[in-house]
Amino acid sequence: MSSSAKRLLAALAAGFVFGLGLVVSDMVNPARVIGFLDVAGKWDATLLMVMIGALAVSIPGFRWILKRPHPLFGDGFSLPTKTDLDPRLIGGAALFGVGWGLAGLCPGPAVTALVTLAVPFFAFFVAMLAGAFAYDRLANRKA
Amino acid sequence: MGGVSYGFLGGMLIGAAAVILLFANGRIAGISGIVGGLLAPPFSDSAWRAMFIAGMWLGAVAFILARGAPLALTVQASLPVMIVAGLLVGVGTRMGGGCTSGHGVCGIARGSKRSIVATLVFVATAMATVFVVRHAA
Repeated sequence: MSSSAKRLLAALAAGFVFGLGLVVSDMVNPARVIGFLDVAGKWDATLLMVMIGALAVSIPGFRWILKRPHPLFGDGFSLPTKTDLDPRLIGGAALFGVGWGLAGLCPGPAVTALVTLAVPFFAFFVAMLAGAFAYDRLANRKA
Repeated sequence: MGGVSYGFLGGMLIGAAAVILLFANGRIAGISGIVGGLLAPPFSDSAWRAMFIAGMWLGAVAFILARGAPLALTVQASLPVMIVAGLLVGVGTRMGGGCTSGHGVCGIARGSKRSIVATLVFVATAMATVFVVRHAA
């Protein structure tokens, strides 16, 4: 098998495990997410446990992987290079949080929830793509 | 499904997915980047991104088939609010360079100061938004 085919299969496998994790944890369910965000209501600790479970694997995993010279099927790691806390980071995160709180959906669950074929999830997903596309076009024109 | 123990198990799967993608392909499993990157150059990366998304759907469908019951999801917002929220999530994640997975799971695991700050900010504004919608409006 060619290395590009191996990379595609690895991406498929990683996506499979990711999607499975989102449905097993019920993070794909907006009611569950809003239950975590609703600190003044009947608070649901599930999302906190999801974060702890994810980091319990990713922190030691990443530490080990990033000591390796290169990934299994590639020449190098593609990692973010920015280190400064710029206004875009803060403003973008703030806007994202408002949308997350309104709908109870962030991008991973938004993708996964499409398997239900329900209209509100498609509406959210298409709007999310439109927002991302519009921002990228505007940002690139300024640059 | 539900409960904190399933939350922990599901979280470990999400962490494992991020580990698989970094170990095999050297890529960060940030879903806003993977989805947003489908529409942006370099299009040479579009194929693996599409495969990752297809994998997410297959993972969810495998779970539904194994359990023999559809997902029971409860939408909390009206259709117009879902659309506004989707736009905010699309713009915000591209502007802020990541979402719950990219900043929250992968960035924090790398010890990135930007990701730790971004995660604190989006959790805070999301909690404030839910407070206003549920208790103040």
